[in-house]
Formats: sequence, structure tokens, C-alpha cells
Amino acid sequence: MIEFHLDGGSGVAAYMQIVHQVKQALRLGMLRTGDQLPTVRDVVSTLAINPNTVLKAYRELEMEGLVAGRQGQGTFVLKSLAGPALAGHAELRAELVEWLERAWRAGMDDESIAALLATTLRGQITARAKSEEGAA
Amino acid sequence: METIDLGKRYRRSWALQNCSLEIPAGRIAALIGPNGAGKTTLLNLAVGLLSPTEGAVRVFGSAPSDNPEALGRIGFVAQDRPLYRSFTVSEMLRFGATLNPRWDDAMARSRLDRLNIPLGQKVHKLSGGQQSQIALVLALAKRPELIVLDEPVAALDPLARREFLQTLLDATVETGMTVLLSSHLVGELERVCDYLVLLNAARVQFAGDLETFAEGHRLLVGPRAQTEELARVSHVVHATHTDRQTSLLVKLNGHGYDPQWDVRDPGFEEIVLAYMGQRVEEVETTR
Repeated sequence: MIEFHLDGGSGVAAYMQIVHQVKQALRLGMLRTGDQLPTVRDVVSTLAINPNTVLKAYRELEMEGLVAGRQGQGTFVLKSLAGPALAGHAELRAELVEWLERAWRAGMDDESIAALLATTLRGQITARAKSEEGAA
Repeated sequence: METIDLGKRYRRSWALQNCSLEIPAGRIAALIGPNGAGKTTLLNLAVGLLSPTEGAVRVFGSAPSDNPEALGRIGFVAQDRPLYRSFTVSEMLRFGATLNPRWDDAMARSRLDRLNIPLGQKVHKLSGGQQSQIALVLALAKRPELIVLDEPVAALDPLARREFLQTLLDATVETGMTVLLSSHLVGELERVCDYLVLLNAARVQFAGDLETFAEGHRLLVGPRAQTEELARVSHVVHATHTDRQTSLLVKLNGHGYDPQWDVRDPGFEEIVLAYMGQRVEEVETTR
């Protein structure tokens, strides 16, 4: 079972935050096929939010074919979003942690690290797209 | 619940006038307005504590003030936590059970138990948050189909406020009851409610779906505008000026605005505050 957290100041509609959090849990393998989502009543009484917000989020997930409601039982996961790469997550993460340690030792601050990661990722995505175009 | 041209006058001044609205069953409605706007008057009319000077209020199809059957289906939590302070919690429960034929004692006890409120304790020995929870549980134990709450969380700290709303919403999902709740905590109401009633200067400014409320509002910010420039902007809800700058909150989009204005999308709270900040004359013209 997962738990939702809402950020009131984010400007993102509350129902969208719930949708994102379910998808994130599906990607990271915290929710698998057949798992049950928290009941509407649970979410409403934990977060103190309007019931329609939860219903709207679950409807959206249903429309995307990720979950299905079963009458009187709750809402269940139909499909996982975890790619085949999930198994490799732990190893990749360990390598990334090692890299972060090196960056800190080199004297980089957190914001510079985040900026470097973001620009490198963007650069690589563009480069890969170009090389794929070239191959085609 | 619905009101038709409802009005209430105290001596010479109107506390509420021309109030026509309908709160559909099963909704969680927020009642927002500045102090003195008529919120408490409207709530007291809804629960039959006041009778209208003009117009009518109907709850479950009849006027609450002369219908004990309808009153039995309405729960009310007043502003001042109406509890007998020297009673113990279980004495309050027994009192409630005697007065209300639909009383659900088991539900009340299990809720208080989950909230860790000791039944043997005297009410005045408990914290403000716990006293508010007791007032709410007593109202819920009537198994109301409509519950009316007048600023129930105003005096509570954020944690107690959250816990209070958790109890209220849990009961709402369980029973499907209609809720009408007044509060000044606009951000919180946006999360909790799906219907909005906005009052100012004894008038209803908006009554409808909370989702549609923000539609069409824009915030225009530009250099200090002169009267003739202002006259070209229609549907101004609220205008504020400094010596250099003018900010206008307007309703109705689809129009192009003069390039002097920087156009932004205001948030829910900003729009509500604009309506609440209106002077009496502005309330008259934007209705």
C-alpha cells in the first residue's frame, strides 16, 4: 500500500498530484499488478481533502488503463510501469552515489551538481536523437 | 438546502438580503466572506435558529424553523463550541442520546475512542482541539443528512484543524451527508470543499461549483491608471492602486486587453480575497 502527500503550494492540482504519485510508484515498483490503491475514504480522511479529488484522480488512472475499480472492493493496479531496467536500478544508483561523492570531494555544491546533471542529460538526449536520425 | 430571496433584518440594518442559492445534496460547501458579511445569519437561518424577515429557506423541502422532523436531520456545530463544560464526555453523550431520537451512540463512542478522548474526563479539562472534536462527534451522532458548521476550526492550531477536518470528511464519505462550512481559511477550504458560497455586505456574490469559480478571472497589472483608462476595462471585481501602479482583478476573458496591462492568472485565494475586499458600492455593481 502506498500513501499520498500533497503539496499545497506547488500550483499543481491536487488530483494531478495523486495521479503523478501513483505513476511514480508504478515506475519504481512500489505498486505492482494486482496491488490495491488506498480506498477513497482512507485518502480523504488522511489528507483531509474533498472526496471528488480522489475520485477524479482514480478515474483518470482508470482511463489510462493503469487501474480498475472493482465494485465494493476498491481500486486495483492493472499494469505496471516499471521497465525491464528496474532490476538494474540498485546498481546504477550505487554508481551514481559514488559519482556524487566524487563531485562533493571535488568541491561542487548541490546546486552545481543538479545543474551539471540536468545539462548533461539534456545534451545526451539531443546527441542521441541526432545519431538516431543519422542512422535512419 | 435552498434559499429564495432570503433576507434577515435586525432593527434597521439588513444582515442578509436577496439571498437565492441552492446547495445540492451530497456536496461539501464552503461559506466564505468577511466578518459581518452575514455568514452566521445565513447559517442560523439554515438550522432554524432564526426566522427569515423575507423570502424563504428550505431544508429537505421545508422551512427548518417550524419543522422538528427536518431539524432532526440537521446537525449544527456553532462557533462557540456548545458544550456543558462541567459535564464529563459520557454525560454529554447521554444528554445527546436523550434529546435525539436518531442518536447513534456506538458510532459516537467509537469515534471518540479512535481520537483517544477519555469518556470519564470533564469537558473543560480537555484541550480546545478535543472539545471541538466532541462538539463535532455530538453533531455526527444525530446521523444528520445536512451538517452546518460555523467557523469550527477558527481557534485551533494547524494539527488540531487537520484532525478535525479528517473526522468531518471521514464521516462525510461514510454517510454521504451534505456539508455547509464557514471559515476564513481560504486555502484549506479549497482542498476540502467542492461548492462555494461567497457573501459580502449581506449579498451573495457567488454560489456554485468551486471548480468553475476561478474561470474567467484575470489579474491586470500596469502603471497607475487614470479614470478614463479604467473606464475602458469592463467587469472589474476589485482595483487597488499605489502611486505608481494599478492592479485590477477582472472577470470575463476572451477580450484583448490594452498592452499597458501585464495579464496574469490569479490563484483561488487571490480571487476570493478580491471579492472579499470589495466595498459595499462595488458589491452592488458586480452582482
